[in-house]
Amino acid sequence: MSSDTNRWEIGSLRLAPARRRADTRMRLIFSAAAVATLAISILIIYTLVKDAWGFFIDVPKGDLWNIGWFPRRGIFDIKTLILGTLMVTGIAMLIAVPLGLGVAIYLSEFAAPRVRRVLKPIIEVLAGIPSVVLGYFAISFINPNIITALVGGSNKAFNVAAAGVAVGILTIPIIASVSEDALRAVPMALREASYGLGARRVSTTFRVVFPAAISGIVAALILGISRAIGETMVVAIAAGAVGGGLFSTDPFQPGQTMTAAMAALGFGSDQVAGSGLAFQSLFFIGFLLFVITLVLNMIGDRLVRKVREEY
Amino acid sequence: MPELASALTPLRSSENSRKVNMTEAAETDQVPVFRTRGLAVYYGDFRAVRDVNLDVRGQEITAFIGPSGCGKSTVLRCFDRMNDLIPSARVEGSVEYHGINLYDKAVDAVEVRRRVGMVFQKPNPFPKSIYDNLAFGPRLNGIKKKNELDEIVESSLKRAALWDEVKDRLKASAMGLSGGQQQRLCIARCIAVEPDVILMDEPCSALDPIATARIEDLMQEIKRDFTIIIVTHNMQQAARVSDRTAFFTTEVNNESDRRTGVLVEFDLTQKMFSRPSDERTEAYVTGRFG
Amino acid sequence: MSIATPDRFGAQSAASLTERLTGARRDVRGRIVEWILLSALGLSLLILVALVVNLVDRAWPVLDGRLGDFLSSGLDASNAAEAGVWQAIRGTLTLAIIVAIVAFPLGIACAIYLEEYAGQSRIARLIRINVRNLAGVPSIVYGILGLTIFVKFAGGLTGGRTVIAGGLTLATLVLPVVIITASEALRAVPQSIREGALGVGATKWEAVRSHVLPSAAPGILTGTVLALSRAAGEAAPLLLVGGITGLLRTGNQSIWQQITEGGFTSMPVAIFSYARQTGADFQAVTGAASLILLVLVIIINGLAIWLRNRFESRW
Repeated sequence: MSSDTNRWEIGSLRLAPARRRADTRMRLIFSAAAVATLAISILIIYTLVKDAWGFFIDVPKGDLWNIGWFPRRGIFDIKTLILGTLMVTGIAMLIAVPLGLGVAIYLSEFAAPRVRRVLKPIIEVLAGIPSVVLGYFAISFINPNIITALVGGSNKAFNVAAAGVAVGILTIPIIASVSEDALRAVPMALREASYGLGARRVSTTFRVVFPAAISGIVAALILGISRAIGETMVVAIAAGAVGGGLFSTDPFQPGQTMTAAMAALGFGSDQVAGSGLAFQSLFFIGFLLFVITLVLNMIGDRLVRKVREEY
Repeated sequence: MPELASALTPLRSSENSRKVNMTEAAETDQVPVFRTRGLAVYYGDFRAVRDVNLDVRGQEITAFIGPSGCGKSTVLRCFDRMNDLIPSARVEGSVEYHGINLYDKAVDAVEVRRRVGMVFQKPNPFPKSIYDNLAFGPRLNGIKKKNELDEIVESSLKRAALWDEVKDRLKASAMGLSGGQQQRLCIARCIAVEPDVILMDEPCSALDPIATARIEDLMQEIKRDFTIIIVTHNMQQAARVSDRTAFFTTEVNNESDRRTGVLVEFDLTQKMFSRPSDERTEAYVTGRFG
Repeated sequence: MSIATPDRFGAQSAASLTERLTGARRDVRGRIVEWILLSALGLSLLILVALVVNLVDRAWPVLDGRLGDFLSSGLDASNAAEAGVWQAIRGTLTLAIIVAIVAFPLGIACAIYLEEYAGQSRIARLIRINVRNLAGVPSIVYGILGLTIFVKFAGGLTGGRTVIAGGLTLATLVLPVVIITASEALRAVPQSIREGALGVGATKWEAVRSHVLPSAAPGILTGTVLALSRAAGEAAPLLLVGGITGLLRTGNQSIWQQITEGGFTSMPVAIFSYARQTGADFQAVTGAASLILLVLVIIINGLAIWLRNRFESRW
């Protein structure tokens, strides 16, 4: 007996060193990859803040509130960009909210499972359309065929309204999918309770299911708005005002958003040298854009999680 | 499979002497396979089980019974350090395996799990072929030659009484087996790495009575070679298969109003079911409780 | 109690009760609402149809007249008759390869850390929040990052405004998409698979490599394909890191020189360049390029959706 037990030593419960080393090595590699994602955020914030601050210090404050956005002439009217962004986002939401919510409610509450299986992937295709293609759709179809018909030809070839509609189309799938998830997260028991009281489908949908999913719906709208604010290419192609733009409240005139202004500062003939205020203004707008979308996304994210925790 | 055998276990050589010890001097002071003293397991602040003092003997079947939430699975999972996988889990007291502190820093949980196999409540074959399910463990331990692997696969399946049913379709997916076959496959998968102990966490709760009977027969077959600890909800099963039984129950903590598991009684199965010394055990085994 | 007993809700007689029980057919309001919702769906689909029809219509002169020439000509934003997309297609492919090389391993590794190793530790929670936020950062902001880090700071390694800098920028952009989808795929692998592997004495890495990753592979693949399609359609960050929008000359350089020294373009960048030009001939060029990109992206996305539907809910 003693010979038996003596042979049980602690060393016999050690793993082959090569296997233990391989395990440790992979663990280190995986954690390094995870930490790298933190580095990306830190770098984004660092690069934005550094030059944005430089710009803010150097720019004559009067130039931040002027007749328009003409960075190469030293005129950095922020309100032009903010209004442009608000107009594009507002018009986009006029399109995307009714369509996106309609799609979501129909797919979640009315469509037969078979219909849903066919239609949902098609809506997902809509989400995959590259924004440059929608930008071209805005100038080649939306503006000549829809906007012109709407305002009888007082619109310019490149204008904010057409860009806004195209951004709206881009936003439909986000609003549809986030709010459909929210609606489907509402427990069946709630619907059954409503039907059990003799409610019809429409009353059940709008009086029971929709209110129960409201935080998810709000999240969908917020994430949609954030997506619309961040959209660059549609506006860069369709809203005109490539080099700069006058302050304008008319959606049928060319306009400039924060994102399109950044793109214009970055490419081709308007490419500005690696220093100077115009170049630094790129970082300043980038910083504003980053903060705005970050706040919206965090609120949206929080609401989405709330829905998940509730049910 | 000479490499595996030598790498694996010093137990084999002494099997016979051990068995003699078991039968002739069962109650002597031999070093038990597992010995716990003052074992308590916490999940965060919550104490799942406390004050467990147990000696699990080799080449026997030990059953853990008790109402749900009594900590029997938690204790079982200390023996192969599966509790390590739950980040908030914390173990207090001592767990010795052949006299070695299982929670010593020098002990590698992975090697422990090779020696102390586990069969889970729900059969969990890998979504791969029957052959690959069996060969996975030996391959980890460095056995690469096909004929050696073939031999291990065959002998493990034979010992798990599954060989005749699957020998013609070793390359077929294990997911295509019936629930009972899958569970026997999982037992064979354990056997393939030549463990010392097999832990079974309610292995039959997802199976029908016929499949259950086959697993119980199998346990009797393999207990010559392995120490088995089985957690079961089914008292009749414990009475049928086990040599010794540990009865756990829950106690309500007056301060926190939360339930903590305690070990009530641990003795020969026959005695536990005929004349238990604790009235709580008696209440449970006669069905007046839980 | 007779069935005709009047109740407070107005069922006065057997006749009116029957009417109420069969009233679904006359639920006008319900019908109208359902039609409104259905038309929202129909309109969304109609937009998709209009988009494709409009593209084909506009692109027809190019598709009909000089498709082969169009596919083999380079970027030229000054002469519509000479304009083509081959450099753009090559650029998009090169970018996609760089994205695959950089973002896929990094993203999958990060997902493995989060799902298999990290648990609920504070650092893991921080990284999860961080990844979700990165996913919502506008793409143009990644352009700024690429410009500062990959073009300027690491210009010695990337060669400045090259396709390498562009590829790294896009890789950073799609990294969160890869991480989020790969995490979901790993989370869908049942815990019992991990326990089975660990239970026979596998290390964590051995369990992940042999069982968790193979089980999650279809889901991870879907995510990577979606990430590729996102990268293939993205233009904004490339404008900032030097995607060429005017005329791209690639003379007798070797492929390696073109990658490390030359300018680059991509399909979306080329479409942007062409869309800014006026005249019907450039409209046709833009339309044709858009159609090619759209078909490419739809094929990639379709593949991803097919993969997901094929393999989803295996457990």
